[in-house]
Amino acid sequence: MDFVLNDDQEIIRASAQSFLNDHSDSPKVRAAMATPDGIDTALWRQAATELGWCATDVPEDLGGLGLSLVEVALLMEQMGQRLACLPFFASAVLAAGALREAGDADRCAELLGQLAAGEVTAAAAFSADDIGWRPGAAAATAKQAGAGWQLDGAARCVLHGSAADLFVVAARDEAGALRLFRVAPNDAGVTVSRRKTVDETRPYAQLTLKGAALAEERCLSGAADATVGMMKATAQAMVALAAEQVGAAQSCLDITVAYVSERKQFGRVIGSFQAVKHRCAEMMVKIEAARSLALGAACRLAVAGPVGDEDFAEAEAAKFYATDALFFCAQEAIQLHGGVGFTWEYDPQLYFKRAQATAAWFGSSSALREDIASRVFGQ
Amino acid sequence: MKLEFSAEDEAFRREVAEWMKANLVGEFEVLRFRGGPGDEEAYPALRKKWERKLAEGGWACVNWPQEHGGRGLSLAHQVIFHEEYARAGGPGRLGHLGEGLIGPTILALGSEDQKQRFLPGIREGRDYWCQGYSEPGAGSDLANVQTKAVFEDGKWKVTGQKVWTSLAHECNWIFVLARCEAGSKGHKGLIFLLMPLDQPGVEVRPIKQLTGTAEFNEVFFDGAVALPENVIGEPGDGWKVAMALLAFERGTSTLGQQMHFIHELELIAAEAKKNGAYADPSIRQRIALAWAGLRAMRYNALRMLSGTEGGTLPREGMMYKYFWSNWHRDLGKLAMDILGNESMVVDENDLTRQKLQGMFMFTRSDTIYAGTNEIQLNIISERALGLPREPR
Repeated sequence: MDFVLNDDQEIIRASAQSFLNDHSDSPKVRAAMATPDGIDTALWRQAATELGWCATDVPEDLGGLGLSLVEVALLMEQMGQRLACLPFFASAVLAAGALREAGDADRCAELLGQLAAGEVTAAAAFSADDIGWRPGAAAATAKQAGAGWQLDGAARCVLHGSAADLFVVAARDEAGALRLFRVAPNDAGVTVSRRKTVDETRPYAQLTLKGAALAEERCLSGAADATVGMMKATAQAMVALAAEQVGAAQSCLDITVAYVSERKQFGRVIGSFQAVKHRCAEMMVKIEAARSLALGAACRLAVAGPVGDEDFAEAEAAKFYATDALFFCAQEAIQLHGGVGFTWEYDPQLYFKRAQATAAWFGSSSALREDIASRVFGQ
Repeated sequence: MKLEFSAEDEAFRREVAEWMKANLVGEFEVLRFRGGPGDEEAYPALRKKWERKLAEGGWACVNWPQEHGGRGLSLAHQVIFHEEYARAGGPGRLGHLGEGLIGPTILALGSEDQKQRFLPGIREGRDYWCQGYSEPGAGSDLANVQTKAVFEDGKWKVTGQKVWTSLAHECNWIFVLARCEAGSKGHKGLIFLLMPLDQPGVEVRPIKQLTGTAEFNEVFFDGAVALPENVIGEPGDGWKVAMALLAFERGTSTLGQQMHFIHELELIAAEAKKNGAYADPSIRQRIALAWAGLRAMRYNALRMLSGTEGGTLPREGMMYKYFWSNWHRDLGKLAMDILGNESMVVDENDLTRQKLQGMFMFTRSDTIYAGTNEIQLNIISERALGLPREPR
């Protein structure tokens, strides 16, 4: 038992931090979010292919590094810290995670290898509104049609969908089983439209499927029901997102401490006023609690087989803790920056929007708490 | 970063669990889950007997080095020991301050002679220690020490008053921070003394608290004596010793504390289930918050303990006290809200209710003792975040 980063993990964390500090500072984020797809494509090429981030927790026999959710969480934390405009969460966590945990090994091997190599970028459409999806949700219905399938449905909030090479779509078949499908943007019956989002660092697209005809091998989960695997993929994704939120919250604190240490009012730096100091300290308490929970849940899930109730509840706890910590820190960052905290020019607004944009993922904090309460009361 | 326990760890876990199962029986049965916060008055004599039983079994001072009679347990085994102790309902430890605070301080800063004279009594459950830091009017301003130590006839003569001295009425030794240099101020000119409580010139007066019980005391010194060989460190360096001791306060026993919290949460959830309060959506939200807070605390404690090799307080250590004390205070309020009107009724036949009522009231002190919330936030903002110190 050891709950500090080992040397390899520390190298992963530190190198991601220094890479993003150099290549994803505020001006670069602002430039990327103004592009049509909201992605810093040069940065993504580097991160995904040269640095091998997408390979992190893909099994070694598929060309991945065979690491765990802990390492993914460390990367996510760093990406959250800089609000990096990358489709890592969409592609490497959501889409690849679903294939790894709920996919048919033979049908997914090649695609997982391509995702790990960063050659292909995927997006995930798991439910109609996606953001609030829970395990077992579906974005479409799947009907057997000849030797293949016909998909109908829509997903309104597909993360980084407009730039994806392909979609992993969760659909329910006529027998009620959950299946995963590979859908290409140029398939007949498929339309993808970019949506303008408040959090411009991470845009959504709408994916519409109208009688999309897919060959049998496009069903990536094979004949098995994907529900149990998707439960694990969801738990992992919740923890990864929680880690990202912790990173973003840390940034809110860092920029605020820097600001209140310089800004003078009434003849002294405002960071010397106890009211201001205590608010900063409260931010740190929430961040460290959320960080402990996210890392703990990541360790737990890294060694879990099928995800049990306790495991899932812990992932939910990590998510709502981090959600609440990030929103609190973003709001405090705006308040403690005073008037400039409300301006476009300063960065607190970017974090504030990210805070709200991630809050609804996997269900609101109150919905996650309700779920945990049901477990506590054995309902 | 790995939280898995090895097969050898698991074997150790079984060993602890089995010992507890075999020994927390008979006359000790009544001690299960007793003596926690707000329940300090439960069976003190029997709990001392239990301390001696623990020592005989080799389960006292498990983190002390073997050459001083401890077990020299690894961090993982300490975690397991405290978890299993609490899981079995092991009673609140009366020897906690000796084992967890003054013992490690003597081990780290005491002379060889002091180690020989003091450690065995702590380890064997014969000596019980309390902490003479706080003074009337000083509160969290720990350096505001007025108690005087004057060197006369080869001895330190101590005069003054300490307050909020937990369990002094059950203890026979006290460690005292006193001012040994006349005219000195703040953390300069202090001395760290080990003093027997059963001597002329010492009076212990229990303070009745809002719980109706008396866990805290006032301790009066009127020319009480401390021998020069019972000074830790050099006279004048007392602050350094006091601070080193505070660093031990975040020991692995926090994990035992958490197991105790789990037990309380289970009692509360069971009450909610029994009386129907669990159907209230806001109660459900608070239960889930409490559940998640416990998980956060556990992982935070593990981070803190895994990362304390250098002896400095890491960031996660600085927020720990603030986090658990607020969490626990909220839990007390949640318990009362779940009990509803019945929470205000005293029922001598309902041990659970008594426990929850005691906890509710006692937790109001959690955010005050050992550094108030406000002091904690100052520590975090100044030491962890580097913001300017309060003007003095």
